[in-house]
Amino acid sequence: MSAVRVDPGVIAHVEAHGRDAHPSECCGFLFGRLGTDGKTVVRAQRVDNSFEADERHHRFLITPEDFLRAEKQARAWRLDLVGFYHSHPDCPAVPSAYDLEHSWPVYSYFITSVHADGPRETRSWVQREDRSAFDEEQLEAVPGLDEET
Amino acid sequence: MAIEIHIPTALRQYADQNSTFEVGAGEVHAALNELTTRFPKLRPHLFTEDGKLRNFVNVFLNDENIRHLSGDELKLKDGDSISIVPAVAGGR
Repeated sequence: MSAVRVDPGVIAHVEAHGRDAHPSECCGFLFGRLGTDGKTVVRAQRVDNSFEADERHHRFLITPEDFLRAEKQARAWRLDLVGFYHSHPDCPAVPSAYDLEHSWPVYSYFITSVHADGPRETRSWVQREDRSAFDEEQLEAVPGLDEET
Repeated sequence: MAIEIHIPTALRQYADQNSTFEVGAGEVHAALNELTTRFPKLRPHLFTEDGKLRNFVNVFLNDENIRHLSGDELKLKDGDSISIVPAVAGGR
């Protein structure tokens, strides 16, 4: 299993957003670096779930305009947009067939499982280059990564 | 004339890991053609076999989605930037 180094503040951010949005799905951006020494995620940012309101309990959508703003933000921070997060309300933190159909290789997809009493777990997934499946990435918490940027 | 094309993280592997590429074309589609001629592996990720932009890909000229532009609005001037933007969605 490949690993992604992540600042613990990112996991806290993702799980807090998942809790706030429950029973709807939340979504957001992951910023970090993608280099020869692997992938790091140092910062997360919330974004509106732009799917139709009555479908947000099981779907999320990030508009192209929001994506473009996030890319500009990444450049301003001298970071890369390295992935996205979303929540699975009352469901495991495992990608669905719908996730697979609408995702891209290279990016990390953090999924947080959130129930009414709070978040249960957050896992990271990366799509295979042939888009046939996801592989899990091991989340390696490294305190202070954000301060290094 | 220098026009910069921004390549998203997921597609840089098909562009020798470049995050940007400078082109000299005078129109958006010609600029994208210049990009995919230089990096042919990018082409199937941007266009269908009949040359149409894929549904899951958007292209912005500065802050405008080119799906909403036509004719002279697609002409480029020095300092413009083009961004390739993948559609992002999912759900349980």
